[in-house]
Amino acid sequence: MGEVIKMDTKYIIGIIIAIVIIAGAIFLIGGEESETTNIDIVGSTSVQPVAEGLSEEYMQSHPQVRINVQGGGSSVGIKSAQDGIADIGTSSKELDENEQEGLTIYGFAKDGIVVAVNNENQISDLTVDQIQAIFSGEITNWGEVGGSDGTINVVTREDGSGTLDAFNDIVMDAETKIKADAIVQSSTEAVKQSVAQDPNGIGFISYASMSDDVKALAVNGVEISEDTIADGSYLLQRPFFFIIKGQAQGAVKEFIDFVFSSEGAEIIKSENLVPVEQ
Amino acid sequence: MNNSLQEYLIEKGLFITAISSILVIILIIIFIFLEGLPAMESYGFLNFIFGSLWAPTQGEFGVLTMIVGSLGITLLSLVMAIPLSLFCAIFMAEIAPSNMRKILKPVIETLAGIPSVVYGFFGLITLVPFMREQFGGTGFSMLTASIILTVMILPTIISVSEDAIRSIPSEYKEASLALGATQWQTIQNVIFPAALPGIITAIILGMGRAIGETLAVIMVAGNVTQYPTSLVDPVRALTANIAIEMGYATGLHYNALFGTAIVLFFMIVFLLIIANYLQYKKKVVIGGGYL
Repeated sequence: MGEVIKMDTKYIIGIIIAIVIIAGAIFLIGGEESETTNIDIVGSTSVQPVAEGLSEEYMQSHPQVRINVQGGGSSVGIKSAQDGIADIGTSSKELDENEQEGLTIYGFAKDGIVVAVNNENQISDLTVDQIQAIFSGEITNWGEVGGSDGTINVVTREDGSGTLDAFNDIVMDAETKIKADAIVQSSTEAVKQSVAQDPNGIGFISYASMSDDVKALAVNGVEISEDTIADGSYLLQRPFFFIIKGQAQGAVKEFIDFVFSSEGAEIIKSENLVPVEQ
Repeated sequence: MNNSLQEYLIEKGLFITAISSILVIILIIIFIFLEGLPAMESYGFLNFIFGSLWAPTQGEFGVLTMIVGSLGITLLSLVMAIPLSLFCAIFMAEIAPSNMRKILKPVIETLAGIPSVVYGFFGLITLVPFMREQFGGTGFSMLTASIILTVMILPTIISVSEDAIRSIPSEYKEASLALGATQWQTIQNVIFPAALPGIITAIILGMGRAIGETLAVIMVAGNVTQYPTSLVDPVRALTANIAIEMGYATGLHYNALFGTAIVLFFMIVFLLIIANYLQYKKKVVIGGGYL
């Protein structure tokens, strides 16, 4: 028995030594890779998917550059850029004048916000005022906006969501807030499914994740499409920004140039966003 | 290396492995408290726990609606799950022929293996519309969430309490039957009371799963921070609150989410104490020892 345990002990010591050697080797190799340039992109969770798409594509053609994309929200993105914590901050809302100080702001894409209803809903067009009244709880029946009788079930997003922020900025105002007893879903997909299974449901989702499961309403008579977002006639839209402290230099500048290249525009389009020219 | 040294090393090695899991728990608790207490302090402990308004963007952090939500969902699911699972366990342990048991057991174990996101999605697609058509409202409700949770905790309670029932010595049963008791009388008066501590353990485990379940609850409970006035009103659970908002939270809001975790932690500790007390009270003393 003792012999067996001694054998085992030797094995264990052997394994530990092996782990130490491997860990050391990884550490050394990791150390050598420090020549690569790191770019940190921090900010809006709505911008995150397209930023990830862009950086993946960019890293393939530029293996010496490593780009880390993180969420946190637009306000975090703006602050990170101001404080120099991140190389690039991202925001899905316009910056105040005093926020803009010392920053270079690149609006590189536009995203539409779809007001989505169930496919069976007869309504196909609402005004911004009607949408506001529905989400604030002033209008509670589809009959009041010309649909068939039925209590409207409002689905909203959780506090902090970029889509909710944008919706609040564009549709709601300080006095009229989204009603407190609206169903809260924590992702675009969950909002979509909630509306898809409820004939009386209404919610808002990013145009980037629109699909046939739900019906997009026209707002003030304008259907949502890439063209109407691009020319600004569809009102529920928001800009996506990359924010840089001072002037873009070196690797960051090259990345920004890539974003505004035709290749970058293709990636932005593939995320169902509308690319904006520099 | 002599034998006594070996013994010593093995003993200490086992001690270290045992203590490391406890250390991890202690570290987690310390971390949660360090992160959560600032929010509770700056908002006020009582305001935090007994406040009804949760509006992080406006600096309001009251979690009482969510405590009510969590407790409501958990209790409702236990009310539905306990009778169902106990009768199922008794059936499997005492009545079912072994062929049937061979089919039932793996089926129930499969239920336990389904990921919670699948339960949640199933609930969102099928149960929510069904509840809306039957009871009105939006279909997202405390009742919907607790029905999903009932299905999720059934396998836990069934398998643990079935084991408890099967571990009752067969002499008890034989003695009872020999005295002329019917099978149901034996189950009711001998087997069930003797297995009760094990059954309570099963219920505690089920309750733990119910109160800690997050994803499935988020998808079907509606997540509205309000007091439910009926079973078909939407509610938000404490766990759901953390998971929903953690992605964006910064500053005090972030700390407040850890504060939510502290509240959840104390709720679970409190429920465990009650359950352990019940378990202690119901222990059957036979022949001078606990069973």
